[in-house]
Amino acid sequence: MPQNLALAEIEKLPTGIAGFDLIANGGLPKGRTTLVAGTAGSAKTVFAAQFIAEGILKKGEPGVFITFEEPPADIRRNVASLGWDIARWESEGMWRFVDASPLPGEESVVIGRYDLGALLARIENAVRSIGAQRVAMDSLGAVFGQFSDSNVVRSELFRVASVLKKVGVTAVMTAERTEEYGEIARFGVEEFVADNVIVLRNMLEEEKRRRTVEILKFRGTSHSKGEYPFTIMTAEGIVVIPVSSIELKQHSSMVRISSGNNTLDTMCGGGFFRDSIILVSGSTGTGKTLLSTEFIAGGLKAGERCLLLAYEESTEQLFRNASGWGVDFAGAVESGQLKIVCEYPEAYGLEDHMVRMKEVISTFKPNRVAVDSLSALERVGTLKGFREFVIGITSFIKHQEIAGLFTSTTPTLLGGTSITEAHISTITDSIILLRYVEIFGEMRRGLTVLKMRGSRHDKDIREFKIDSEGMKIGRPFRSVSGILSGNAQHVPPSEIERLVDLFPENS
Amino acid sequence: MPDRLNNSFVLKLYITGQTPRSQRVIARVHQLTRERLNGLCEPIVIDVLEQPQLAEQDRVLATPTLIRQFPLPVRRIVGDLSDMNQVIDALGLDVYPAAENGRPIPLA
Repeated sequence: MPQNLALAEIEKLPTGIAGFDLIANGGLPKGRTTLVAGTAGSAKTVFAAQFIAEGILKKGEPGVFITFEEPPADIRRNVASLGWDIARWESEGMWRFVDASPLPGEESVVIGRYDLGALLARIENAVRSIGAQRVAMDSLGAVFGQFSDSNVVRSELFRVASVLKKVGVTAVMTAERTEEYGEIARFGVEEFVADNVIVLRNMLEEEKRRRTVEILKFRGTSHSKGEYPFTIMTAEGIVVIPVSSIELKQHSSMVRISSGNNTLDTMCGGGFFRDSIILVSGSTGTGKTLLSTEFIAGGLKAGERCLLLAYEESTEQLFRNASGWGVDFAGAVESGQLKIVCEYPEAYGLEDHMVRMKEVISTFKPNRVAVDSLSALERVGTLKGFREFVIGITSFIKHQEIAGLFTSTTPTLLGGTSITEAHISTITDSIILLRYVEIFGEMRRGLTVLKMRGSRHDKDIREFKIDSEGMKIGRPFRSVSGILSGNAQHVPPSEIERLVDLFPENS
Repeated sequence: MPDRLNNSFVLKLYITGQTPRSQRVIARVHQLTRERLNGLCEPIVIDVLEQPQLAEQDRVLATPTLIRQFPLPVRRIVGDLSDMNQVIDALGLDVYPAAENGRPIPLA
């Protein structure tokens, strides 16, 4: 027996659907049929159409689309917004429809036994006529709707699947599900295309829609497990966000960059690392926007390209703020060194925000990015969705080997943490806390470097003031304790001396 | 009147290959036109293996499929026509009694 037979790997066909090939470890099993199951509105038809469209766009592979539900005219119109000109592809012989949608206004009766020989002949004819390498069938449930004898339909669809296999095309068949977590598909269709199953979900969580894709099985070959969020973008189609398949393999740099504030640089042991993620946490009004402005100003001064993603203030407001602190944003935007993107957090879902952020980073290619504030995006998605978003965007920035500064608003005025911090703190390289310190009826501001990965840093909680030149970091609070817990207490100097004496350094 | 009606019957029969089932259904359709339409309607038999593009045009999925193209409305009968009475009913031939002396007689 040849031993290498068992080792022969199943070849994968890259679908071209953004992010999907990553979680599918290369693509769909080549020359096989994959079942794509989902409830109503889970983007099955888009997936099927995109499978063909990407083949044409990226690989020049012709494809056949068999529709049992919507007439071709509807499909052409519906996917036009995704940027696919099916009519043109049809005239170029790249796309062929097999129209098996129900005939309106025609009476039809069944007398005696039948098979789906005509359908089979039409599929074979279409595949051969354009030399198709990809086939999509949408959807199997609709076939059962057209013919009452489920057993005949099931056995005929099995024949279709085996013919497709014989011809050697890679196929996608969509099927309906009645619930998000239940049997794979209606009518037991998974029995004849059981080798490969993908489940699309469209769930309502906390009043927010969340789309996910899960590869349930690829027989004989590998894939990533679990649900991955995806979104449908205009002019792009499905974009899968492969959160947990992201690998921690970024390089690390010892090059330091300026935070834009000399004192803060000194506190951090000489500045931030060039490819680090910095989290700035503080309650409202503590100076987060100021710190991100200084961070951007530092980049501009060093001749770097800077990107500011703002979710709380408009461009005009940011210009005004910056000029109040002696930074000229308007000029930098004009010269093209700085790009500011202002968006309402509610304008899009989290997945869309993420895709948009990645797009602007990829096209603008900045050296440093500031996101003000990350926590504003919390309210757009679910807890789980937000965690995936934070991990996704931070790891993307790390992979670009650029510096990213995120601000996060804490819900309480004194002390406290936010959801953002809980999700992001383990993947950030540096954390800077901005806190209000109440001393004898006066609100003062404090700053501390909580964490600075790979470097020594100042452990003091220093007071800072804001004036027309920006942030002025001063001396540490010496006679106050409990700042971080939000419960600041004045400690008399004599008490501090007594405490220090309790722990003699030579013991 | 009857002649004009008879002439205007257009039947198309879709089959897959020359199988025994196909032969059987072809025979049944011929028998039907002979007995009910005085042989004035020649059914068009289409093998989808040879002419799949015609099946594409008529959007036929199942075989055998018998299409009454005319008179309108278009009617489809899917299956091997195992019950002739039902077929007569579905084609709207029930208004004609069986042919007599080679000529169909419409009901009064």
